[in-house]
Amino acid sequence: MTEYKLLLDDISKSFGATRANDRVTLAVRPGSVHAILGENGAGKSTLMNILYGLYRPDSGRILVDGREVEIHSPRDALDAGIGMVHQHFMLVTQLSVVENIVLGMKRLGLQLNLAAHSRALEELSQSFGFDIDPWAEVGKLSVGMQQRVEILKLLYHEADILILDEPTSVLTPGEIGPFFDLLRRLRDAGRTIILITHKLDEVMAIADRVTVMQDGKVKSELSTEEADTDMLAHLMVGREVMVRVRHPNRSPGATMLRLEKISVADARGLPALDVVSIDLRAGEVLGIAGVDGNGQAELARVIAGLVPAQSGRLLLEGVDITGAGVAERLQRFGIAYVPEDRHRDGLVLDASVAQNAVLRRYRSPPFARMGFFRPAMIRDHAQRLADSYSVRMQSVDQPIRFLSGGNQQKVILARELDGEPRVLVVAQPTKGLDVGAIEFVQSEIIAQRDRGVAVLYISTELEHLLDVADRVGVLYRGHLMDVLPAEDASAERVGLLMAGVAPQRAGAA
Amino acid sequence: MDLLNLQTLTDMLGTSLRLSVPLIFAALGGVLSERSGVFNIALEGKILAGAFGAALGAFLFNDPFGGLLVGILFGMLAGSILAVLGVSLGVNQIVTGIAINLFVLGITAFLSRIVFGAQANTLRLPGFKPIDLPGLSSIPVIGPVLFRQDLMVYLMIALAILVFLFLYRTPWGLAVRAVGDNPAAADTAGIPVHGVRYGCVIAAGGLAAMGGSYIVLSQVFLFSEHMSAGKGFIALAAVILGRWHPLGALAACLLFGMFDALQLRLQFNYQDVPHQFFQMLPYLISILALVGLVGKPRPPAAIGRDYRREAK
Repeated sequence: MTEYKLLLDDISKSFGATRANDRVTLAVRPGSVHAILGENGAGKSTLMNILYGLYRPDSGRILVDGREVEIHSPRDALDAGIGMVHQHFMLVTQLSVVENIVLGMKRLGLQLNLAAHSRALEELSQSFGFDIDPWAEVGKLSVGMQQRVEILKLLYHEADILILDEPTSVLTPGEIGPFFDLLRRLRDAGRTIILITHKLDEVMAIADRVTVMQDGKVKSELSTEEADTDMLAHLMVGREVMVRVRHPNRSPGATMLRLEKISVADARGLPALDVVSIDLRAGEVLGIAGVDGNGQAELARVIAGLVPAQSGRLLLEGVDITGAGVAERLQRFGIAYVPEDRHRDGLVLDASVAQNAVLRRYRSPPFARMGFFRPAMIRDHAQRLADSYSVRMQSVDQPIRFLSGGNQQKVILARELDGEPRVLVVAQPTKGLDVGAIEFVQSEIIAQRDRGVAVLYISTELEHLLDVADRVGVLYRGHLMDVLPAEDASAERVGLLMAGVAPQRAGAA
Repeated sequence: MDLLNLQTLTDMLGTSLRLSVPLIFAALGGVLSERSGVFNIALEGKILAGAFGAALGAFLFNDPFGGLLVGILFGMLAGSILAVLGVSLGVNQIVTGIAINLFVLGITAFLSRIVFGAQANTLRLPGFKPIDLPGLSSIPVIGPVLFRQDLMVYLMIALAILVFLFLYRTPWGLAVRAVGDNPAAADTAGIPVHGVRYGCVIAAGGLAAMGGSYIVLSQVFLFSEHMSAGKGFIALAAVILGRWHPLGALAACLLFGMFDALQLRLQFNYQDVPHQFFQMLPYLISILALVGLVGKPRPPAAIGRDYRREAK
């Protein structure tokens, strides 16, 4: 026997010129929780995708229980007892819980005996204190429940190495405690858990050991008993973390944008926003917190004009703009919008940086004349924006697909802020960015606020939200639960609201 | 005319069933392939490939079983082309399907002239004979309709039930449905996504080809150019109308077959009305049914989408 359950030995993997993993060695002891800590882009996910057979390493080997294993596909990984819960769940939402769980199991025989599996599943889930209906359609379960289905799936497949990729990002603060209890129970039952995260407090709370990664390399590996959060932060970022000083704006101006009892239906016709009223004032950042999928997307889109309001009115400085189109809202009323999904909604990935920089105004002068583009004007304009936002790229003619996430976000910000907007709606602007880019985005938002722009900042990352917001509103199932001044918006209080606990009870708690 | 006459009713139902058989074979193939996430515009070409293969096989071996075998083989060959282009190489599945339809149309016409030459239209190939199921076939109306058919019809009924059981009662069927809805999740669960799609698309080729074989070996006993005559597209409509469920698609095909039988009878009874008006009926019904009856169908979520693992 060996002292390591799992050993990743000297793994390297390159994508083009980038070395995503550079001679990474990771040794995980049996029956432990081992955290892999690093910023976005540090190479954590690449390493785990190699372990799970989704990527092939360029070099290096993988040992389970001291024996070298060849992992070429998820099938091989599952056969070696390795299971993974991806950050974006890998569930077939149209199928039932039990169907999802038996999917891909070996030795099922000729006939699919779902009834027997569902009984076994119920027993297993009760032994871990889950309450899951095996026949429920997965798409109708809450995100937290879906995560349990994913974990149950690994347990049912008898995986004894569980990889969890940013598992708490979909949970409310209140759900995290019980989730950690579950992990401890799994560990005590002999399972080996690998936890991928960029949250320091989680590492300290749950992990036995931690491997810190930076720029594709292992920076350090240590026991959490000999670590503290400051030390880990320093290791992870590789420099002193900026001490954030909050500058809440004490004197916001008059109401700029008013939402009056706005309701929005989702694709299935169910209410996604349910009679929401908001007063957004000039020179303030109103943060909107909530677990993903509670109406944030619809809130941003209804203000940008991408979805119609089912009922209610939208007023900009008293003018009814409910019926105004997307272009009109930007150009005439000055409503800028940084969408949540850069790649899907914010950019045309295969178009050049220059074309993306004028995506919202390409038809109007000076970028077009008599219906024809003026490429020189467009390129000059893009170059000016890129210079003032220090966008790192080869040229403005480069397809924007090849820029890093942070630089892509800068182009979007530059484009949206160029027309000196009066209202700025930003959705998840820090998602997937590294610390440097996050600082840039946050300070740009503060600068806009100080210029008198009314900012609506939607984010599921509570700590980022609390860094910039002057007031914090919480969405839960399409309802605006409450709006708190920044100084009252503690993580605990906001967390309760995110879980749908009403203000009066939250206050009493 | 009177449809209420018992003999007329028996005739009508018999004709309906016979006209739906090729549709049902093709639609079963369509269900299988589309549930795995691959559009099957090529059903039309696969019916035609099957028809030609059946004629060729029956001609060469002088035996209907030889015909059926070669027919199925040709259909699976056409299916393999779709699989290689649409699944492995990731070519747009609609374009690939159209290309296959046009290719089969051309090549079968060409080969038919080489093989059958001038006798193509006077040929009488060996075919399947109706088999009376003793006892059952003497039930009034239902008996002659259901139990005085040839082997292909019984085979079709068995296959419809088999496809249903496969999709909903076996682990492989679950894998097919998962691949069609979320190939990334299926891949993560260890299911070979491309393998499943290959299997489904090639099997679909074989099934649709049986539809074409039926036309040749049980109905007309010869091959003529473009004898599929749009049946593949009606079958495609039936897949949607039947909500991608094998038994739903079967019911939809029976509906289309019934209107086809009705229009034939109307043509016969009203000979002063241009027959083209009646011929429109099944197609009109398929459009109306798609617009009106189905509500909002939920196609397999990943249909038509190429799946690559490292594509981020």
